[in-house]
Amino acid sequence: MKEVKIKTRDLTLFYGAKMALNSISLDIPEKEVTAFIGPSGCGKSTFLRTLNRMNDLIPNVRITGEVLVDSLNIYDKQIDVVNLRKKVGMVFQKSNPFAKSIFENVAYGPRINGINHKARLEEIVESSLKKAFIWEEVKDRLQDSAMGLSGGQQQRMCIARTLAVEPEIILMDEPASALDPISTAKIEELIFELKKNYTIVIVTHNMQQAARVSDHTAFFYIGELVEFGKTKKIFTTPDKKHTEEYITGRFG
Amino acid sequence: MDNQTDKKAFVFTKESLKKKFRWSEFLSEKIITGVAFLSIAIIVLIFFFVFKESLPIFQTRKKEAPKVEQVQKQEQYGEKAKGQTNTSGQEQYGVTTKDTMMIENQVQTADTVTHGSDEATFKSLAGKHWLPVSDNPRYGLIPLFVGTLKITLIAMLFAAPIAILAALFSAAFAPYWLRELIKPAIELLAGFPSVVIGFFALMVMATFFQNIFGYDGRLNAFVGGVAMALAAIPIIFTITEDALTAVPRTYTEASLALGASKWQTALFVILPAATPGIFAAILLGIGRVFGETMIALMATGNAAMTSVNPFESVRTLAATIGAEMAEVVFGDTHYNVLFLIGSLLFIFNFSLNALAEFYVKGKLVKRFQGKQS
Repeated sequence: MKEVKIKTRDLTLFYGAKMALNSISLDIPEKEVTAFIGPSGCGKSTFLRTLNRMNDLIPNVRITGEVLVDSLNIYDKQIDVVNLRKKVGMVFQKSNPFAKSIFENVAYGPRINGINHKARLEEIVESSLKKAFIWEEVKDRLQDSAMGLSGGQQQRMCIARTLAVEPEIILMDEPASALDPISTAKIEELIFELKKNYTIVIVTHNMQQAARVSDHTAFFYIGELVEFGKTKKIFTTPDKKHTEEYITGRFG
Repeated sequence: MDNQTDKKAFVFTKESLKKKFRWSEFLSEKIITGVAFLSIAIIVLIFFFVFKESLPIFQTRKKEAPKVEQVQKQEQYGEKAKGQTNTSGQEQYGVTTKDTMMIENQVQTADTVTHGSDEATFKSLAGKHWLPVSDNPRYGLIPLFVGTLKITLIAMLFAAPIAILAALFSAAFAPYWLRELIKPAIELLAGFPSVVIGFFALMVMATFFQNIFGYDGRLNAFVGGVAMALAAIPIIFTITEDALTAVPRTYTEASLALGASKWQTALFVILPAATPGIFAAILLGIGRVFGETMIALMATGNAAMTSVNPFESVRTLAATIGAEMAEVVFGDTHYNVLFLIGSLLFIFNFSLNALAEFYVKGKLVKRFQGKQS
């Protein structure tokens, strides 16, 4: 296993009085793809969102335990959430472009970080779009509204937008669940390419997808981490019976 | 056996499928339709009444146009009217095109009217003097327009920033419980009787501002404008707040996930996405101020002056109707002019509301659903 990028210790999360995550301890390795699988409502998305503190937006959330990114506890009072999120980017289930041009969408992140020089912005936009394998499709229409792109294109543009901020970790919350098979294949290809430079954590409902793209897999069930290990092992010889049953489709 | 009879009850025959006439349904349908159209009809009829009463102004011309000796004067007045438009154009700083257009229309009306009207009773609607009850009555609408626009501008300068920032706070920054408190509280203000605001402006604000700025007339456009802002804030706030909260949550999340601060998200993502709604809110606020009568009557001093100084008295269109309609001679020119003012107010507010409504419907929906670029 490579170096550990994210480490959680006894992470417990409550929505009001309801426990959504129960004492999760997990090591996510650097520059590899880690997939979270499990039935709906088992807490895998919630867990993903604790990794860049997106749960802060939801009222009545209480979190105990530690999340260490590069061995710094991100729930420490000294941590600046804004800078944390620059380091830990996120791609959402539903593509969410702003109602602006493609260029402005991708340039938004660098802009709020104070980059205003036009040539520099153009450079960042181009390289980000290239990294997200969408440059060829949009290079002639950068000034068109991002709303006019297809669903798959929008999602890849959102990934480009995330890349433009130069994060080290990318969290993906079911990035392909709303896409057709061809777009899904493109996203998976992209993930495969991105893991050379980024640490990727992906939540997915699609077991085949997890098997295809990930190096490590964590299986969640009702707020608990049931099993975590190499993807190959989880999908062939899981330790827990529960995991096997879920993977073979006997429940869930 | 039972089974068979059951089946028979539901059998589709030509007879059972025949259209049936149901009296109760027919009646209730018609009554509801009738009520709906009644409310529309009432509004339309009121407008027609107001417009009809202002018609004699336009008709005088036809009756007296043949008089040849008037031709000379005709041109003079036409020129005069035009000259006045220019001056008034200069004076109206920051007036929207729409307003200018209205004044131009007004001048045209005035031109046509001037031709045949009796000089003594009806000089020109584009004149700079509103002296309807003097020995030599003059019905110049310019000071009323200038006054109304001045007060609208002052009110908007105060109301729009305050209301929009308050809405932004409530929608993007306030914790949930505070938001649940602020929104209804400000919305309740919308139901505040304007006579109370006027009273407050008259007794408290006028003295307060006089102490600060040290101007002569206690009641003036500034006091009236600020008081009107109090009336317009709840409207602008409510609609802006709705527009801001209608911005999809995914926008906020996307922005925050890119490392934007709350402020950056609010200013660069939420606010731009809600611009059509905010525009509509401002339009409706302008409509409210434009038609506001009681505050104008109580707090502006009601002197029809054409000036750009915000610390001078003004008389608004609405206040003019409110103040003079009760004592006007029925069927008199003065009476007709007041109805003309009424029609103009009606048309103005109607088009503002229509613009706000259609602009928002068209633009906002399109933008959020992303159906078109």
